Amino acid sequence: MEALLNILSELHPDMDFETAQNLIDDQILDSFDIVTLVAEIDSEYDVAIPAEELIPENFNSAQAIWALIEKLMDE
Amino acid sequence: MQFTSFGFLAFAAALLLIYYLIPKKGQWMLLLGASCLFYLWAGTEYLVFILITVLTTYAATNIIGRRLQQQDAYIAKHKAELSREDRKTYKAKVKRGNRIWLIGCLVVNFSVLALCKGLLIQPFRAMAQDTGLDFLTLGLPLGISFYMFQSMGYVIDVYRGTVRPERNIFRLALFVSYFPQLIQGPISKFSLLAPQLCAPHSFDGKEVSFGLQRMLWGYFKKLVVADRIAVAVAALKGSEFTGFGFLLLSVFYAVQIYADFTGGIDITIGLSQALGIRLPENFIRPYFSKNIAEYWRRWHITLGEWMKDYIFYPISVSQPMLKLSKSARKRFGNFGKRLPVYVASVATWFVTGIWHGLTPNFILWGMLNCFFIVLSEECAPLYTKFHGKFHLKDKAWYGSFEILRMFMLMNLIRVVDLFPDVGEYWHRVGSLFTTWNISLLWDGSMMKLGLTGLDYAILGSALVLIFSVSLVQEKKGSLRALLQTKPDALRWALLFVLFVAVVLMGSYGIGYNASNFIYNQF
Repeated sequence: MEALLNILSELHPDMDFETAQNLIDDQILDSFDIVTLVAEIDSEYDVAIPAEELIPENFNSAQAIWALIEKLMDE
Repeated sequence: MQFTSFGFLAFAAALLLIYYLIPKKGQWMLLLGASCLFYLWAGTEYLVFILITVLTTYAATNIIGRRLQQQDAYIAKHKAELSREDRKTYKAKVKRGNRIWLIGCLVVNFSVLALCKGLLIQPFRAMAQDTGLDFLTLGLPLGISFYMFQSMGYVIDVYRGTVRPERNIFRLALFVSYFPQLIQGPISKFSLLAPQLCAPHSFDGKEVSFGLQRMLWGYFKKLVVADRIAVAVAALKGSEFTGFGFLLLSVFYAVQIYADFTGGIDITIGLSQALGIRLPENFIRPYFSKNIAEYWRRWHITLGEWMKDYIFYPISVSQPMLKLSKSARKRFGNFGKRLPVYVASVATWFVTGIWHGLTPNFILWGMLNCFFIVLSEECAPLYTKFHGKFHLKDKAWYGSFEILRMFMLMNLIRVVDLFPDVGEYWHRVGSLFTTWNISLLWDGSMMKLGLTGLDYAILGSALVLIFSVSLVQEKKGSLRALLQTKPDALRWALLFVLFVAVVLMGSYGIGYNASNFIYNQF
């Protein structure tokens, strides 16, 4: 989780990702950020996130992204 | 049957009446019947195209759905014996088979679309006529770009396992052919639209009233503004005007396409709302955007979402792109990291361009949008530094400046639509820097564009009204909901004035063509 928070902070240094809950709905993360994030997650955790998982519910908070990573790791 | 014809109004009124009188379980069948009638009215020769989409979509989704069901049953039955690796291998095998059905369906449908669009341009048109395939050159089948993309999005969703396939072919046919969307979208998701189309709907006075009000607003934009200014756009385009004349053309065209497209969408969404069906919004006051990314989140939203979900994301997170990202990062640092995003952006905007037409000007239009999006993304750190130093964002006027800057930039990109000859477009863009002829505003040239002083007065007043309504919506939300809280007499008086304005000030008669929507040709 800590590595994920570091990746997110690199994208938007001013943002508090530990508490933010509406990253997509509030347009903090755009589609360019999402793709960069997917590449970073692939590199850090060796988890490939498929296109069908790129939906707002999976990226609205650091916790949701982490839950997605864990789910894909278990599959 | 065009939205702006009296025939359509009678058709819609009869449909609404019967829809709420018949038993609710028959409502979706009535909608299917109405959609077939609407399509047949446009031309029986094109029925074959929409049938191809319905049949191939039905076949592919049901085969894929059955294979996924068998996969789940097999895994559940052999849960104890299968290791995690075995399960993965089995799923991958099923997915490979499903992919063949998916690709087959996409290839058939997009080939039909490419054929229809290709035959609009020479020399393919001449070839078809020479070989006796004249019927293919009559024009683009009604709504083909819209129903095709909507249907293919559904096929991909079934392949991904995010929606279950529709087993009833007639219900699927309604999803593909739902007539209010046929003219110019919006492009809906199956998971949002299909359940609503087939659900029973009770008469709800407020929803019907809100729907009809929105239709009236759509007719106002289309008939009073879009069709009136279309005359001047055609005159400016056909003239030798360069320099300021070209700038004026880009602004007039911005007004025309906005009023035309959003007006048509208002009619579509309004009629659907009256039928108890909520369609996705396609516009959120796009001309208030401050940057190009925001503009594309507000303009033709459903096409943008389609492109993002089915072109941009799949390309940018594909394994080859992730590999490219890794190796490019080592060589080029941060820029390399973003390389997949830029490759996917070029592909997405290329497809968006050819969706509009298989001509060089639409490809250029797509590439110009892509260029400015990527440029603004790359320059973002510079903007941050600049604003950190000069604090312009704190100034009251700066927001308006950003909106005006965005409006003019998008106008100059969009106007390429009007120039199939790309060389002519660049010639006119170049003239902005060489020809200073602002005097055409007062030297009588404006009165030679097919519009009278009264036309300009009507246009000016209508635009002030549209701007004011947009401003209220931007700050306070739905204007209809706001009016609902006011006395009935005031609300009805305002609606009556709007109705009279459409009747008296709408563009009808010789010199006007109140029938075609711009996006109907895509």
